[in-house]
Amino acid sequence: MSRFVYADNAATTPVSREVIDAMMPCFESEWGNPSSPHSMGISAKDMLDDARERIASVLGCSAGEIFFTSGGTESDNWAIKGAAMRMKKKGRTHIVTSKIEHHAVLHTCEALEKEGFEVSYCGVDEYGVVDLEELRSLVTEKTGVVAIMFANNEIGTIQPIEEIVSIAHEKGALMFTDAVQAVGNIDINLSELKVDMLALSGHKLHAPKGIGLLFIRKGVVIGNLIEGGGQEKRKRGGTENLPYIVGLARALELAKENMVHLPRVAKMRDRLISELTKIPYSSLNGHPTKRLPGLVNIGFEFIEGESMLLWLDMKGICASTGSACSSASLDASHVLLAIGVPHEKAHGSLRLSISSDTTDEDIDYIIENVGPIVEKLRNMSPLWEDIVKKQTAKK
Amino acid sequence: MKYSEKVMDHFTNPRNVGEIENADGVGVVGNAKCGDIMKMYLKIDDNGVIVDCKFKTFGCGAAIATSSMATELVKGHTVEEALKLTNSAVVEALDGLPAIKVHCSVLAEEAIKSAVADYYKKIGKPIDFDYDPDHDHDHDHGGEDEE
Repeated sequence: MSRFVYADNAATTPVSREVIDAMMPCFESEWGNPSSPHSMGISAKDMLDDARERIASVLGCSAGEIFFTSGGTESDNWAIKGAAMRMKKKGRTHIVTSKIEHHAVLHTCEALEKEGFEVSYCGVDEYGVVDLEELRSLVTEKTGVVAIMFANNEIGTIQPIEEIVSIAHEKGALMFTDAVQAVGNIDINLSELKVDMLALSGHKLHAPKGIGLLFIRKGVVIGNLIEGGGQEKRKRGGTENLPYIVGLARALELAKENMVHLPRVAKMRDRLISELTKIPYSSLNGHPTKRLPGLVNIGFEFIEGESMLLWLDMKGICASTGSACSSASLDASHVLLAIGVPHEKAHGSLRLSISSDTTDEDIDYIIENVGPIVEKLRNMSPLWEDIVKKQTAKK
Repeated sequence: MKYSEKVMDHFTNPRNVGEIENADGVGVVGNAKCGDIMKMYLKIDDNGVIVDCKFKTFGCGAAIATSSMATELVKGHTVEEALKLTNSAVVEALDGLPAIKVHCSVLAEEAIKSAVADYYKKIGKPIDFDYDPDHDHDHDHGGEDEE
């Protein structure tokens, strides 16, 4: 029986009906500019303030610490570049990040290296957990900012973020975390988690693409990335994207409410892991327990990921891979290489990211289909042929 | 990544997949690091005609489709004709490939040449054409990152 299973929620999520409903008034009647002094502007400003308050309440921070951006990539760029520029004035020209960050962080750091900043890329263990000893040795009095993600987008590993914050703060560095994959999957309370900056993105949470935010803790000063007409306390110019901001507020509230479903999601994830790793020459990528509740990444040897995705898509299953051939850059996943997966194995990785919308029947359907696809591709793989020949020779 | 219907047809129903026992020529190109390996088997008769051609490929959709198409294009032809097969002929026969996947067709051309070179070695004929068995193909790094 054929069905449609969307298992690529780490790439993006559908906008939920409640979010669309919350946004509609901003298109239909509340289309004013929050900066205008007239009645249309005032009512738009009220909606903006209300959305900011509600988001602050979900995140456990104050409204004045929320700065809206166009999404995760802008937030990452702003946090790192803004902090680097500011800390440079204090003689701190060193940045510490990890080898498994999203490209929005890695490429930002590389750009800063070209501007004369020194960047250290901290290694991770075989599960993708940041090596805390190495991190401790890398962060010095010269370090301006430590940028380490909360949870990894490819393998789902969750970092010991509190300990990382302490290491950064011990040396007086600012701590930034890209929490794009974590928000909605991990309960984050910014009154307890002492990061200085945190990035999140709407479209991973059933809000539209093109909206995100950067949390900047009160008292932390960073440079601006986008100058403009004084919006966001003169820190991020541009007329506020009110419909999407209202949508993001609703999405975050719903994400918080939906956290009660996460144990069920994690159970489905674990069933996928235990069933799919029964396929010979397959293994889990990432940490067995410290991982996002909906994220599975399995490496299948002797086959290539894009071929797997094409077949899965024909069966109605949307998934992702760390294979070079599926990326526009044709480079194998830097995350898989960093955790020690050899190139040839990195090509055969399959990422399935499920959500609370996923059902047990969807999981059955994925399990039913992956095995035969792996077998079909192995049967036409010259690498598999060699393995089979070796096995027959042994017998 | 959007493939033509022809590419999808050759990917989902690849022609001539398999091995030929006691093949007259076998060629392997590519490497696992880059993510594609093609192995071509040729059965050649006394008149130098390729009477059978089979392949095994580790790789993406385009790698499988170009291998399949290459076997179709050389089967029934002479070895000399097979050596004239170009990667652009493979691309054309597949109704085009995304720019970033053109290197797969180069690999298919090299796989055929490499199998013919093996055949020439076996029959003691000098290899009078260029081929690159360790083909460390250049990837087109012109694309943008996703996600």
